[in-house]
Amino acid sequence: MAAGPASHGGLRRAQRPHLSKMERMVVSMQDPDQGVKMRSQRLLITVIPHAVTGNDIMEWLIHKYCITEEEALHLGTLLVRHGYLYPLRDPCHLELRLDETPYRFQTPYFWMSTLWPAAELDYAIYLAKKNIRKRGGLFDHEKEHYDQLHRKISHTWDLVVMQAREQLWAAKQRRKGDRLVIACQEQTYWLVNRPPPGVPSVLEQGPERNSCTAGRVQMPTGPFQTKTVDFYRREVECLRKALGRARVKSSVCLEAYLKFSSQRGPHDPIMSGCLPSNPWVTDNDTYWAMNAPSAAVPTRLRVEQWAFSFRELLEDPVGRAHFMDFLSKEFSAENLSFWEACEELRHGGQAQVPALVDAVYQQFLAPGAARWVNIDSRTMERTLVGLGRPHRHVLDDAQLHIYMLMKKDSYPRFLKSDLYKDLLAEAVVPPKTKRRVFPFMRKPRHSSPSPALLPASASREPSGGDGEA
Amino acid sequence: MCDQTFLVNVFGSCDKCFKQRALRPVFKKSQQLSYCSPCAEIMATDGLHENETLASLKSEAESLKGKLEEERAKLHDVELHQVAERVEALGQFVMKTRRTLKGHGNKVLCMDWCKDKRRIVSSSQDGKVIVWDSFTTNKEHAVTMPCTWVMACAYAPSGCAIACGGLDNKCSVYPLTFDKNENMAAKKKSVAMHTNYLSACSFTNSDMQILTASGDGTCALWDVESGQLLQSFHGHGADVLCLDLAPSETGNTFVSGGCDKKAMVWDMRSGQCVQAFETHESDINSVRYYPSGDAFASGSDDATCRLYDLRADREVAIYSKESIIFGASSVDFSLSGRLLFAGYNDYTINVWDVLKGSRVSILFGHENRVSTLRVSPDGTAFCSGSWDHTLRTKNYLFVSLQVWA
Repeated sequence: MAAGPASHGGLRRAQRPHLSKMERMVVSMQDPDQGVKMRSQRLLITVIPHAVTGNDIMEWLIHKYCITEEEALHLGTLLVRHGYLYPLRDPCHLELRLDETPYRFQTPYFWMSTLWPAAELDYAIYLAKKNIRKRGGLFDHEKEHYDQLHRKISHTWDLVVMQAREQLWAAKQRRKGDRLVIACQEQTYWLVNRPPPGVPSVLEQGPERNSCTAGRVQMPTGPFQTKTVDFYRREVECLRKALGRARVKSSVCLEAYLKFSSQRGPHDPIMSGCLPSNPWVTDNDTYWAMNAPSAAVPTRLRVEQWAFSFRELLEDPVGRAHFMDFLSKEFSAENLSFWEACEELRHGGQAQVPALVDAVYQQFLAPGAARWVNIDSRTMERTLVGLGRPHRHVLDDAQLHIYMLMKKDSYPRFLKSDLYKDLLAEAVVPPKTKRRVFPFMRKPRHSSPSPALLPASASREPSGGDGEA
Repeated sequence: MCDQTFLVNVFGSCDKCFKQRALRPVFKKSQQLSYCSPCAEIMATDGLHENETLASLKSEAESLKGKLEEERAKLHDVELHQVAERVEALGQFVMKTRRTLKGHGNKVLCMDWCKDKRRIVSSSQDGKVIVWDSFTTNKEHAVTMPCTWVMACAYAPSGCAIACGGLDNKCSVYPLTFDKNENMAAKKKSVAMHTNYLSACSFTNSDMQILTASGDGTCALWDVESGQLLQSFHGHGADVLCLDLAPSETGNTFVSGGCDKKAMVWDMRSGQCVQAFETHESDINSVRYYPSGDAFASGSDDATCRLYDLRADREVAIYSKESIIFGASSVDFSLSGRLLFAGYNDYTINVWDVLKGSRVSILFGHENRVSTLRVSPDGTAFCSGSWDHTLRTKNYLFVSLQVWA
């Protein structure tokens, strides 16, 4: 091979930790005591030592990693596709066969992690060798590449042919067994680096990720220092603040997960199924119709979910509407309206901010306002001062105060109220869909109107009731 | 935010000398810190960082990191799998491909669900962005972006628009229209401008704001209508690859993960980093909040997924197996948070039991790396997109998105 390892080898290698892991795996597979059973393989009249079969590899993987056959086969196939194992017979397809096909471990010289550029010149030499050795033995795609290269580097073609001849001559000096092995190794290397059409290239990594950008800018003059100083200064400040943080004991936090999962388990369609049936499984979309955002009669699970947390009650448009009813009876509906208006401000367009702030002030905060909300004096003072320079977060404090008020006061009362209890009682529990007798008769799948088709006014509503199908 | 915000820190560890004293709030560069009285007095007469060199800042950062790890370890009294011993093990899991969406001619890079639980938007390497009704597998809209490698796409909460971007360094918003006479590309709005590729984008609670993450190491919050930058988030030392918004009561934070192996939690209002976690050994490809908002999971090139708790301020679980050696490209939780679905670069999807830390199931369905995975909004299914293609005829390539339930 012509060139040496790529100059950015260190950086790129960090991007592909799976290569070093595969290499470690392959090395342990070759361990004389714990590795895969190796045997000598007879190919016509030559004997190749240190060969393994597909079955041996699979068994070893199953045994070592406690995985199923399917997974072992998949893992073995990946090793072959990345060129760490090569078949001694018919090496034009890199796959793990479970018959008596012998495989060998690729020499580290050809490993992917060496990151040799696999240049055109090298490929040309390889193809030329193949062409000379077996007249017309090139595959279709190789022939195409050969012609392309011939046109491209025709000025050095003499060098290519000369190199090819030299290498073939040097190879003839070796024993037949070695010659065969080296040919297979090289072929595998090129199958990995120049895959035939239709075979995905394992070299593809996506757009390059430069892991040395934001903190360290390569500028020759003064600015280089300043940028990195800024970065570390920010990091130091962030760390200082983090040190002063209030933390909670692990046991408390982890218990919370248990509680959360057990509470939500029955609501999780993937874990517990859903009634009447999962639309994806039965092609029946009744489940969605029954749980539509504006369904008239909510399902039992849905009503139960309103009791889990205040946030979830508010996130559900039907729940929020019922809560609004409840608040109206208690003459505190302006709290929820105020909260909704604040949400609209926070998530609205920048251009609407001054107008919205003014509207909220007029309706909820001004002395003698139509729907005056009861905020404590300190928060009110702060808010009124902030209103002088309206921005989208100017009402955050007031909004939080009202939110907590509702959460601590109105919400628990709502859950204990007759209104809620009636909702629970009236809630629907859909029956499970009976399994179809003739499953192969596929039910027609109903389409639904796209949310984008709804009239423009519906899409401007605040976060809760956004136009959904 | 929870009730703990109402606790006032009047006695604790001083931010400067770390001694246990009565504290006073102090403002340094418009940030609030808590100093004990002697330190507050010193600060008043202290010059700010005038003579600090790069080396001293670096070493200070290192020592602070060490101290932070010590502090975090103090409250760590039990492991997750110990607590989870009481929990019943999960039964056998059967998830099959229920829909295969064919139509992209090249690698699928990203996808997002619409709030209507059945529509999705997906983007691919050749610049095509397609909106599907995945229940019927019909394609409803298609746009060709002027750039390749569209690595980010998002559906607006109202279902009336989509956002996407990639190697063009921009995030563009396309309103969805069914008018045959209108060209969707004509109404395109260029919202975000970065100095490197766009890796992730997400609408906040409405159609009017977009949060983006970019290869230039920053995240940013934009106003869609005017394209104005509302807030930018600096702190990552390398490309930012992913982000997720917190499902919190006050909706003010989000988490991002990057090539610097750090996952950082940000306050959207102030632009400050609130918490940072650096335990991964390689690039973090995907972050996703736990449904309660108290934790988040991350998937990384080091072949592990990890769970970080925000209240305990530490990593609480690692999901890994010796036989899994390829990186995790995308993660998502089931609705109850009991299952973690992770798509890997070895073409498989592994399903983890979040509480017990064990793998529940492995799904084979793709023929190339799984690049994106999202659970549907109502948790009935999840969709995975990959780089695979099935060679049909000589010149035609189909690429698949699959919906599993």
